[in-house]
Amino acid sequence: MNRLALFAPLAVFLVLSIFLFKGLDRDPTELPSALVGEAFPAFTLPALNDGRLLSEQDLKSQVTLVNVWATWCFACRIEHPMLNQLADQGVAIVGINYKDQDAKAQSWLEQRGNPYQFNIVDAQGSLGFDLGVTGAPETYLVDAQGIIQYRRVGVVDQRVWDDEFKVLYEQLVGKEK
Amino acid sequence: MSFRSLLVNSLMVFALCAIPYGQFNQQAQLQASTDVVVFSDPSLRERYYQLVAELRCPKCQNQNLADSNAPISKDMKAQIYSMLEAQNTDDEIKAYLVSRYSEFILYRPQVNSGTWFLWFAPLCFVLLGGLIVWRYAFTKTKASSVSAELTAEQQAQLDKLLEKDSAQ
Repeated sequence: MNRLALFAPLAVFLVLSIFLFKGLDRDPTELPSALVGEAFPAFTLPALNDGRLLSEQDLKSQVTLVNVWATWCFACRIEHPMLNQLADQGVAIVGINYKDQDAKAQSWLEQRGNPYQFNIVDAQGSLGFDLGVTGAPETYLVDAQGIIQYRRVGVVDQRVWDDEFKVLYEQLVGKEK
Repeated sequence: MSFRSLLVNSLMVFALCAIPYGQFNQQAQLQASTDVVVFSDPSLRERYYQLVAELRCPKCQNQNLADSNAPISKDMKAQIYSMLEAQNTDDEIKAYLVSRYSEFILYRPQVNSGTWFLWFAPLCFVLLGGLIVWRYAFTKTKASSVSAELTAEQQAQLDKLLEKDSAQ
């Protein structure tokens, strides 16, 4: 009994090592998402270009990638070609132009190409607030029922798409057919 | 240099120093005034400061809303302000923000299935430590009291040794 007790510090050390070792690869900036599995929040906001009023109903009927972007966001520049590529592959992408100016956003899309089916103008950041957006870019995968299935904070590039989105996206699209 | 000219000179130097200081002071006051929030009821002010002190900025790694200048913190502070003015309770405001930004933003997490270990583990460790110390101390005293008493045979042996020692 006493001999076994001598090993207690070693056991504590090993357990602690496992936890600390696992903590090494964790990204502390990655937050648990409050909205995954929840319905896309209700909103009524104008569209970029034509100004018609959009609501959460416009996101239903197909699996959509909702991308939060802005012209002031540097990482969005890096992300944009990937979005163009995804749109070419037939992925439905909707933009939320977050805390931005319409004129700047329009010239951005003219210069870099427009991967978005339409853009929601969120000048005050109110929709962003309801979504729990902490900055741009952020990308949400929303299914045809308007339920948020996945959230990515930061740039979506080829690796992120392949690792995190692709399988889920194909599953959701397959379910619709 | 006469005493009078010295006095005039020093007054001029003082005046020159005082001008930029006055400007700086005014500027500092202007900067400070941008962060002032005015409430219709002074009791809301206290609750506001308590909330911004114990809610965490979701963008920054370890800052509360009060310390953070991130745009998202400003939005959240504005939201807390308007919800306080709209007579919401502290719990309602926290629930509203948690539903959007997750429990990450609570510096004092709620007690639920995910956090009970966090809340009660320290107490368990203290109790466990206390138990170990108590047991250790208890067995120690018992052991020493046993070893202090010699059997008759041991006593005789000791006496013999001492006798032999003193005889030399």
